[in-house]
Amino acid sequence: MIAATDSLPVMALRRIGALTLFLGQILARIGPSFTRPGLIVRQVYNAGARSLVIIMLSGMFVGMVLGLLGFDVFQRFGSEDYVGVLAALGNLKVLGPVLTALLFAGRAGTSLTSEIGLMKSTEQLTAMQMMAVDPVRYVVVPRFLGGCIAMPLLSATFTLIALYGAQLIGVQQMGVDAGAYWSQTQNAVDLHDVWEGVVKSLVFGIAVSLVAVFEGYHAEPTPEGVGLATTRTVVVSSVLVLLLNYLLTAAFLTTK
Amino acid sequence: MSSNPRHESPAPAGDAVIEVSDVRYAIGGRVIFDGLDITARRGRITAFMGPSGTGKTTLLRLITGQAHAERGSVKVFGREVAQMSNTELFDLRRRMGMLFQNGALLTDLDVYENVAFPLRAHTRLPESLVRQLVLTKLHAVGLRGAARLMPSELSGGMARRVALARAIVMDPEILIYDEPFVGLDPISMGVICRLIKQMNEALGITSIVVSHDVQELASIAHDSFLLSGGRVVASGTPEELNRSDLPEVRQFMGGLADGPVAFHYPAPDYSAELLDEAAGAK
Repeated sequence: MIAATDSLPVMALRRIGALTLFLGQILARIGPSFTRPGLIVRQVYNAGARSLVIIMLSGMFVGMVLGLLGFDVFQRFGSEDYVGVLAALGNLKVLGPVLTALLFAGRAGTSLTSEIGLMKSTEQLTAMQMMAVDPVRYVVVPRFLGGCIAMPLLSATFTLIALYGAQLIGVQQMGVDAGAYWSQTQNAVDLHDVWEGVVKSLVFGIAVSLVAVFEGYHAEPTPEGVGLATTRTVVVSSVLVLLLNYLLTAAFLTTK
Repeated sequence: MSSNPRHESPAPAGDAVIEVSDVRYAIGGRVIFDGLDITARRGRITAFMGPSGTGKTTLLRLITGQAHAERGSVKVFGREVAQMSNTELFDLRRRMGMLFQNGALLTDLDVYENVAFPLRAHTRLPESLVRQLVLTKLHAVGLRGAARLMPSELSGGMARRVALARAIVMDPEILIYDEPFVGLDPISMGVICRLIKQMNEALGITSIVVSHDVQELASIAHDSFLLSGGRVVASGTPEELNRSDLPEVRQFMGGLADGPVAFHYPAPDYSAELLDEAAGAK
């Protein structure tokens, strides 16, 4: 329990401790949850398919901006062919996973938190406990897994569309040679870069989904409490994603 | 009829399904119960009555193991609830059904799936049998035709009847009703009242009803406990409570504003406060 007199660092430590314990509870129930795969599939749809439009639109615009910016910078040095390299590496390694995670936190994360929070405030979770059904296993784990599975898929979609957007501006509009564009991109990108993006999207998916279900499950069962929990989901998961992005980027640079 | 302190249970010990003895419970420094004694007997409808805020729902939380007393004993089927492991607690809850104040239906499932939920969670029955059981229970509460409606499409009374069907689908030995009459129109109230009585008579279920609706409870309850100030102030049949001379009982049963339970929340003197304000404005 968080006491009102606790200082900020102590409160933060307690929160991290509670989050870790909650992750332990989830992990202990992941195996049994696969006995009802329908619940997980439904949550992949809720978290993934329903976020698809916003992810695709954002990916397209981000890719187009990269195309414009890259062309503007590289043409000063007469190396416009490198627009594709900038777009590919930027999207694969950083922008794809990070922006997808931030959008995912805003779209699916808030939805998860408010849904679980409202279930709590309307006594649905207590009703499950009274029916001898574990709400963590039935409600939390499928939503957590759904988020973890959906996030890398969304990140891949974002990255692919962003690459297309950058190509659209760089090649189709600005007139960079298509062969040079793609060959430079192919030369610059290796499997390590793709792997970095995949790992990041997996880690961000776990982080955002965990924060979202944690905040929902521990929300005060009042309208104000659910609202605050939803806000906390966006703030905490966004900061966490940016922090993890730095740590993972540094880790991948040292292992290259 | 008896009154606290050291209230004597009307039930013979061997017949007791729920025994609450000398319980003390406090939340955030506020004492909810101190020296609470209650017994509910097998196959009977037992009513817990009392003004709002006396801890009736908290008492249900103690009985169902959602909260634990600081002192005293809460036994269900002869076993101490506080000493049960999680698995034992879940086993106990499978023998209980609970009707929540707002129904607490799962909002992402339709009526049929809500009633089928405990069956799917705890059994591996074939779908045909699940269907039969669900429709039987829905028919018992008069809502077989609403099987495919979503909870958002139900009225308050209908939602509570669906919740009742869900509560009895596993054939529980104890059925707990938390404020089943709140916010219902007279027709729905009468229907719920009749259903509680029918469930008790037809299925022999031990029923616990928490409410402050005196008239409805009087028509169905076999035993009643009146809670006030953290303890049982009176117990007996509803008729016995109606004849009581105790001020707490008279105030509650008669719905009187004046009595041991104050209408006004503690505050400074009214005229003094108004005069202070006027002086401050000058």
